[in-house]
Amino acid sequence: MSLPSELPPRQDIGVIGWVRKNLFSTWYNIVLTLVAAYLVITSAGPLLNWVILEATFTGESASDCSGEGACWLFIGQRLNFFIYGFYPDALQWRVDIMFGLLAVAFVPQFIERFPRRKWFGIFGLTGLPLIGYILIPGGWFGLEEVQSSRWGGLMLTLILAYVGILAALPIGTILALGRRSDMPIIRGMCVVFIEVWRAVPLITVLFMASVMLPLFLPDGVNFEKLMRALIGITLWQSAYMAEVVRGGLQAIPKGQYEAASALGLGYWRKTGLVVLPQALTLVIPGIVNTFISLFKDTTLVLIIGLFDILGAVQSTITDPAWRNVTTEGYVFVAFCFWIFCFGMSRYSQNLERKLDTGHKS
Amino acid sequence: MTEHNTAQNPESARTAPVELTKRTDETIIKVADMHKWYGTFHVLKGLNLDVKEGERIVICGPSGSGKSTFIRCINRLEEHQRGQIIVDGVEITDDVKQIDTVRKEVGMVFQHFNLFPHLTVLENCCLAPLWVRKVPKREALATAMEYLDRVKIPEQADKYPGQLSGGQQQRVAIARALCMKPKIMLFDEPTSALDPEMIKEVLDVMIELAGSGMTMICVTHEMGFAKTVADRVIFMDQGEIVEVAPPEEFFSNPKEARTQQFLNQILQH
Repeated sequence: MSLPSELPPRQDIGVIGWVRKNLFSTWYNIVLTLVAAYLVITSAGPLLNWVILEATFTGESASDCSGEGACWLFIGQRLNFFIYGFYPDALQWRVDIMFGLLAVAFVPQFIERFPRRKWFGIFGLTGLPLIGYILIPGGWFGLEEVQSSRWGGLMLTLILAYVGILAALPIGTILALGRRSDMPIIRGMCVVFIEVWRAVPLITVLFMASVMLPLFLPDGVNFEKLMRALIGITLWQSAYMAEVVRGGLQAIPKGQYEAASALGLGYWRKTGLVVLPQALTLVIPGIVNTFISLFKDTTLVLIIGLFDILGAVQSTITDPAWRNVTTEGYVFVAFCFWIFCFGMSRYSQNLERKLDTGHKS
Repeated sequence: MTEHNTAQNPESARTAPVELTKRTDETIIKVADMHKWYGTFHVLKGLNLDVKEGERIVICGPSGSGKSTFIRCINRLEEHQRGQIIVDGVEITDDVKQIDTVRKEVGMVFQHFNLFPHLTVLENCCLAPLWVRKVPKREALATAMEYLDRVKIPEQADKYPGQLSGGQQQRVAIARALCMKPKIMLFDEPTSALDPEMIKEVLDVMIELAGSGMTMICVTHEMGFAKTVADRVIFMDQGEIVEVAPPEEFFSNPKEARTQQFLNQILQH
């Protein structure tokens, strides 16, 4: 005879059970709950007032912003500059197409049941950058050329982050494999590369790329400033990525390598089919952490005179035509960054869940 | 058709005494004066062994005697420093091509299964045939299902290893090795990591396999298995082969003192 199953004690279940257990379990939890509730209630009202209720959304010029609330009108009026920088108005459709393709490639990734979403993702990693490479600078197929010095705003931020992220993961993976190689010369080269680049602040890298590199290049060889910044960011980021991936490689048990070898898989197949899929899955949180940090680090290109979204906003809030819109500007920038970084974070959690096969060895 | 398809039906393999379905006098593994060191520690001290095609060999001995290291040298998971190992006519040297040739013909089953956790059972079984043997996908799937059927877990084909019990995982590992259609199977303490109630299901599969004429070298502490299946039992101690004998003789009339001592220890309980 087995004992009958009983219901759990009443105070442990339901909303009341949860509240009692989590908010009012001891006297100091009661105090903390009350203090927190007080803070939330007193700050929510003014915040709501500033953001929405007393804010100005429509109008023509600075004089329409008279209320106590935020002057979102300012953002609306300058939105074009914040998104495209100095990209010519008539050609902005090219950038819009890229934004559209970006959405087409990545929005399906958040929808569990979207058919063939894998292919949309693969397009985002291969076709999308290729189209961007043709469309945004122009100069091909009769498209009018737009110098990279005229790119700016959100578009520039996304280009820097996208190229950095896309190139850093494969280069970092190769560096991590190299660092674990049995061949001393390859290992040595990878160690030196990683340790040199990782030990230098990004600001220094960007500064060197923009100011010093041209001094060393032979006459006649000249990259654009943006290209130099991109190369600098990518190499710097690869060194970080290499160490994240190496963490994953080291976590794979020796038995996995042995089983793959015993089946006759050579080095590349063993690495590509058995080791890397597991290692990269393990370090998804670390990889995405690095991506997010890179995304925000792109703002440093300001010091070499590129106007990313932060630079664009910063240069506008000092405009004497608008009184005191500093807060609105920075809130807007923060919001844009948050959207993208939060998106990456959610996607990585999604991916982790999907790739979890329940095996913890 | 390969020798696997000449397998007897599993029922008779488990009940009837094992029959030899294939036995030639060809030597398939030749180990001659093989030495191995870990740093300055002399692990294997001049091993000599000839294994004939279809022969089933059980290696036993106290822990640290070098038995696992020995069979891991046969597919070059460990490197030997002196002497010769010839497997299926190919000498094992530093040459990567030769090692790969040997590994295609030698399947291995590990103590801790070492299934690939990111792949399903079926994908585990198909991986090497697809990428190493370059078998067409349809054929690889069919072979994998055939062997999963033979180890009696076809219904688990789409699960991940993490969802299976230890005994089931080990049977998948055996099927995975068999899918490469190897000529030789190495077992490295295949039941040592299993709960007692799961040992039998794995041994049953191994006994059935032995009945099919596969060349097997098996490091194990399962003396019952050795008695039923082995053609020869090898006793190793401190890096040497101390005694080699057919099971009847090995268990009833061991010649060496060290063998007697070992058998007393493990058979007392």
